[in-house]
Amino acid sequence: MAAGDVAGQGSGVDGASAVQVRGLRVRRGGREILHGLDLQIPAGQVVGLLGPSGSGKTTLMRAIVRVQAEVSGDVVVLGEPAGSPGLRRRVGYATQAASVYRDLSVVENLRYFAALAGLRSRAARAAVAQALDAVDLGAFEKQAVGTLSGGERSRVSLGSALVGEPELLVLDEPTVGLDPVLRRDLWDLFHRLARSGRTLLVSSHVMDEATRCDRLLLLRDGALVADTTPADLLADTGAPDTEAAFLALLDREGVR
Amino acid sequence: MSLTLATAGRVLSQLRRDRRTVALLIVLPCAIVGLIAWMFTGTPVLDQMGPVLVGFFPLFVMFLVTSVAMQRERSSGTLERLMTTPLRKGELVAGYALAFGMLAVVQALVVVGFALVVGMDVDGPLWLVVAVAILTAVLGCTLGLAASALARTEFQAVQMMPLVIIPQLITCGLLMPRDQMPTVLEWVSRVLPLTYTVEVMRQLAAGDGWSDVSGAVAVVAAWTLGAVVLGVLTLRRRTG
Repeated sequence: MAAGDVAGQGSGVDGASAVQVRGLRVRRGGREILHGLDLQIPAGQVVGLLGPSGSGKTTLMRAIVRVQAEVSGDVVVLGEPAGSPGLRRRVGYATQAASVYRDLSVVENLRYFAALAGLRSRAARAAVAQALDAVDLGAFEKQAVGTLSGGERSRVSLGSALVGEPELLVLDEPTVGLDPVLRRDLWDLFHRLARSGRTLLVSSHVMDEATRCDRLLLLRDGALVADTTPADLLADTGAPDTEAAFLALLDREGVR
Repeated sequence: MSLTLATAGRVLSQLRRDRRTVALLIVLPCAIVGLIAWMFTGTPVLDQMGPVLVGFFPLFVMFLVTSVAMQRERSSGTLERLMTTPLRKGELVAGYALAFGMLAVVQALVVVGFALVVGMDVDGPLWLVVAVAILTAVLGCTLGLAASALARTEFQAVQMMPLVIIPQLITCGLLMPRDQMPTVLEWVSRVLPLTYTVEVMRQLAAGDGWSDVSGAVAVVAAWTLGAVVLGVLTLRRRTG
């Protein structure tokens, strides 16, 4: 129900898939990490990718932005095969560790990523200002990223993914290490972005965050355990919270 | 093109924040030229060795700096991120070459100027000495980018320097005149670019002009272009 409501507020993209994954297998370090995943990520929604550490969340994200080697299967992103040069302008990616230049200031980082997204002069300045505002770092804009706290640094990384105004945002654990107020603000931001027609794939290993998503993909040991909504997950399992629901699902599937 | 410029601008901003590295890049070669001038006061050694050092330094220093810079880009995750943006691999390599090339211009001008002050006497055209120093610096930079692709860790990146530079130093004719080397090593020296830089600088010191050195300069330029292509080819968009 929640999913349907939020999608209904989107800008005419309901029903379409932003990402379609079929038979995705990935090997890393001689070990198969993803074992033939099939899943869809609906457009215009905040989709949570949840699962314990080591379940394959990052690998799936890397396959979607196509920086992952040794991939077989089909990944279609915004109607194009993953990794098509045309997609690079339309997809924003923030890695789990803050992948920004620590020796540059916040605003220098954002400006560079805006330039890479093809934004020039006025459009670039507007996008940088907007991204600064979105991640609430205006007060530190001139400060070198290396001198910021871990949480601030990860917000610079998030801002650098936002600044190109991509249609699909792939964010690997963007809320880790943030205080509750900031976490709430970021989830609000994600929903605002979704309402403006963007699609967000947000990973987390904190099950509580599941309730903040429109849809949930639960991953464990490289396999999809559930593709549901937070409400359905609780209803189906009868569990009091998402953590218990996840455990109940695993029991039911006999994967433990 | 504009993404190349944006990248070069970003690399230059990083260098601007790292004043100590820039100071070392410029002061260190001057200090060594100064040492040699002092050691061989009253002899023509600086006149012969000065231009050679001015040619060798940039290769060595720029190689080290760029290979470490690229390794840092890899280990910080920014390279992975760049690979998801519209930035093309060629634009990334060109951006680095452009930024470090500009630093090389400053380095060459300061070092040549300093060498003149401490008594270096160049019989050939001085602008050519500067130009060849810059070209060699860009070569060092592009070789550094290419070599960094072979390194998986910082330790390996640092060791690419002796791997790529020392053989060139041994066979370039500085340690032993090339015509006295074992034949095979003489062939090797004929392939490696530092041999040509050293040769050009020696000729310029002795009073030769552009027409005498153009062939050797072309070899260094060809190596520079080759290293750019190698740097682009070895950069991987997808990793394990």
